[in-house]
Amino acid sequence: MCGIVGLFLKDKALEPKLGEMLTDMLITMTDRGPDSAGIAIYGADTKGKAKLVVQSDFPEEDFPGLDAAMAASLGGPVSIRVNDTHAVLEMGSELLDVARSRLNEVNPRVRMMSRGETLEIYKEVGLPKDVAARFDIAQMSGSHGIGHTRMATESAVTTMGAHPFNTGADQCLVHNGSLSNHASLRRKLRRQGVHIETENDTEVGAAYLTWRMMNGATLGEALESSLDDLDGFFTFVVGTKDGFGVVRDPIACKPAVLAETDQYVAFGSEYRALVNLPGIEHARVWEPEPATVYFWGHKGAPTAHEKAA
Amino acid sequence: MQTFDLEAQGLRNLNSALHAQSANTNQTVWEVINPKGSHAIAVGLDAPIEVNVRGHTGYYCGGMNKQATINVAGSAGPGVAENMMSGTVVIEGDASQYAGATGRGGTLVIKGNASSRCGISMKGIDIIVHGNIGHMSAFMAQSGNMVVCGDAGDALGDSLYEARLFVRGSVKSLGADCIEKEMRPEHIALLTELLEKGGCDAKPEEFKRYGSARKLYNFNIDNAY
Repeated sequence: MCGIVGLFLKDKALEPKLGEMLTDMLITMTDRGPDSAGIAIYGADTKGKAKLVVQSDFPEEDFPGLDAAMAASLGGPVSIRVNDTHAVLEMGSELLDVARSRLNEVNPRVRMMSRGETLEIYKEVGLPKDVAARFDIAQMSGSHGIGHTRMATESAVTTMGAHPFNTGADQCLVHNGSLSNHASLRRKLRRQGVHIETENDTEVGAAYLTWRMMNGATLGEALESSLDDLDGFFTFVVGTKDGFGVVRDPIACKPAVLAETDQYVAFGSEYRALVNLPGIEHARVWEPEPATVYFWGHKGAPTAHEKAA
Repeated sequence: MQTFDLEAQGLRNLNSALHAQSANTNQTVWEVINPKGSHAIAVGLDAPIEVNVRGHTGYYCGGMNKQATINVAGSAGPGVAENMMSGTVVIEGDASQYAGATGRGGTLVIKGNASSRCGISMKGIDIIVHGNIGHMSAFMAQSGNMVVCGDAGDALGDSLYEARLFVRGSVKSLGADCIEKEMRPEHIALLTELLEKGGCDAKPEEFKRYGSARKLYNFNIDNAY
């Protein structure tokens, strides 16, 4: 199993409540995934700045002085905001590309959760309610977000095995299902120089999308080709700076429900996850079609593109 | 009429109250409010009662039903009316995957669309869908009738046994060993009855019938013991 929730706000008035609504949705999906939980929040954009969200199992030892050490290594100012086991390092956008490798040199025990201008990913082992509480997700605001509750099947229950996975700057992926060709694909991608940290199947799916986009594909094209190149079961929800997308494998045995009103588009593995959203009684509620890539963005019109068989 | 607030009173209390009803009960009509997508609403009923669910349901609503009439004023999650034995289940909205799977009897009416694997391994149930059905529907269907007023997805009736499939719209593709068959007067008569039972205003003459070509392993007499 596994539970996915997602919320894309059309109504700006709801933005201060994004974290609260997503937390409620996430907790409803606890019995689909009690092992670990995570959330990706797309918050405010600070012009010229970018964020690296990092995690440590020893935050008291690793976070003090990390900003200064990173600033020295990168040659530019870096600020730090600690949130439990995670910390948000903010720096000039131009430093973001080299920041991960520098982080590894500065302190290899600190791991990167996400990078981007608006994206922040928080994830840990434990029940969704506990994970949401330790990071105080309910207080976060933003334009859209994705959450995941994991019931582990393919790899160990660890922080790095938790979803969402960062697939590129401001991009993330969550997955319900299991990929069966992840071992061979991991070897192939590593040979291409793609960084893959764990034995987790979803991380390979995320790395696959990263690799396709590094080679010029758009997210939509990468998702479409994933239908050919990934073997197994999946319902994916992806986040980008501008919006979120949904794609299910052609067999589509992993559940998915979408709801849309004038105020939002919401995704849930089950309708249960959506029941407390405002105006849900009058929302258009439907199941996304198999092998079809859906996308909602703040800038463009919504799209649904069925992949030719 | 009995009104049951599922959110306040809980699922186990609902199902035990419904299971406690006998053929002679005076409490013949039940209304369930605040279903909020809960799983296993009104499963395993065995009395001629009517249950009206006001909202969307989660997994397995009306599963294993005998005798009862269950109306869902909303959409249903996966496995609605799974393994139904008798009685009627009516969904006003859409139904998720494997609606009416393995059903042995009774009638399932879906007024919206049904998703993938509708009527998979059906064994005697009648399924009437006003809208479309998804891929792999009626996979290994053994007996019973499926009526689809809209279109059918890929691989309809794959590895079909003796169920009868009636589709008014297009069929994206037929599954292995499923073929279009002649619509004879007895099929028109049967379909007329089914359309009436399902509250459809479609004309039986607009439908095509699909069934088993009887070419797969089990139909070959040389494979018999």
